[in-house]
Amino acid sequence: MSFAIERDDDLLTVAVDGQLVVGNRQELKQLVLDEVEQGAKRVLIDFSNGGYIDSSGLGALVSLNKRIREQGGELRLAGLNEDLRTLFELTRLDTLFHLYGTRSDALVGF
Amino acid sequence: MRSLVSDPGGGSLAPCGEWTIASDIGEIDRVVLAVTTLCEAAGFPPKVCRLNVPVALTEAIANAIERGNGGDAARSVHVSARIDDAGLCVEVTDEGTGFDIHSARALSEADGWVEREDGRGVFLMYALMDSVESSCNAGHTIRLVLRRS
Repeated sequence: MSFAIERDDDLLTVAVDGQLVVGNRQELKQLVLDEVEQGAKRVLIDFSNGGYIDSSGLGALVSLNKRIREQGGELRLAGLNEDLRTLFELTRLDTLFHLYGTRSDALVGF
Repeated sequence: MRSLVSDPGGGSLAPCGEWTIASDIGEIDRVVLAVTTLCEAAGFPPKVCRLNVPVALTEAIANAIERGNGGDAARSVHVSARIDDAGLCVEVTDEGTGFDIHSARALSEADGWVEREDGRGVFLMYALMDSVESSCNAGHTIRLVLRRS
């Protein structure tokens, strides 16, 4: 489980490798919030290499979405596989987030 | 973590395992991986092994650590898993007095649930398992059942 970040002006891209769960969700939150504090407005989290997400991980994404919007920014999620899309649909979070098939898709018009 | 696993590859004995862990969220992944491995060896569908079992079990153990044991590392969580022809049964027992699982589940019907940071754990257990039961005896036990069909 790890997070790789790339920064290009106000665009922050975070690649999630492995699960996003109770054990590491705080690390992701802090990492993103630190970058937002330093001017990141467009935040893209890429789950192409991600594993499952538990309720704590989903909660962290909800929290980040709110904080980023409060700062005038936007959060987009990309690369969710069928399992993760099922999770977002079950929890109706597909109505809250912008979900994109790939990182490239998410960057269009971002 | 103390563990006891018998016949994970199948055979005459039902695949099963037991684990006792401290109330440390860092311990969750190893137990989840062990149970998921039992399910894979027992022929459960890949999606069940990738999503249903790990997410529901993570929720149950995290609840036991954080709510049941209040994060007190001196308190332990016991997990037992058994697979037979009917399916998977996992019991997660903490040292707490339990909580109203039905009220926790009902959170999903409240206004604003989608925007909440918390309140999805019990919902996900119900959504991903065939049966979720709660009981209190010597500690609080959550019983998760997933049928094969």
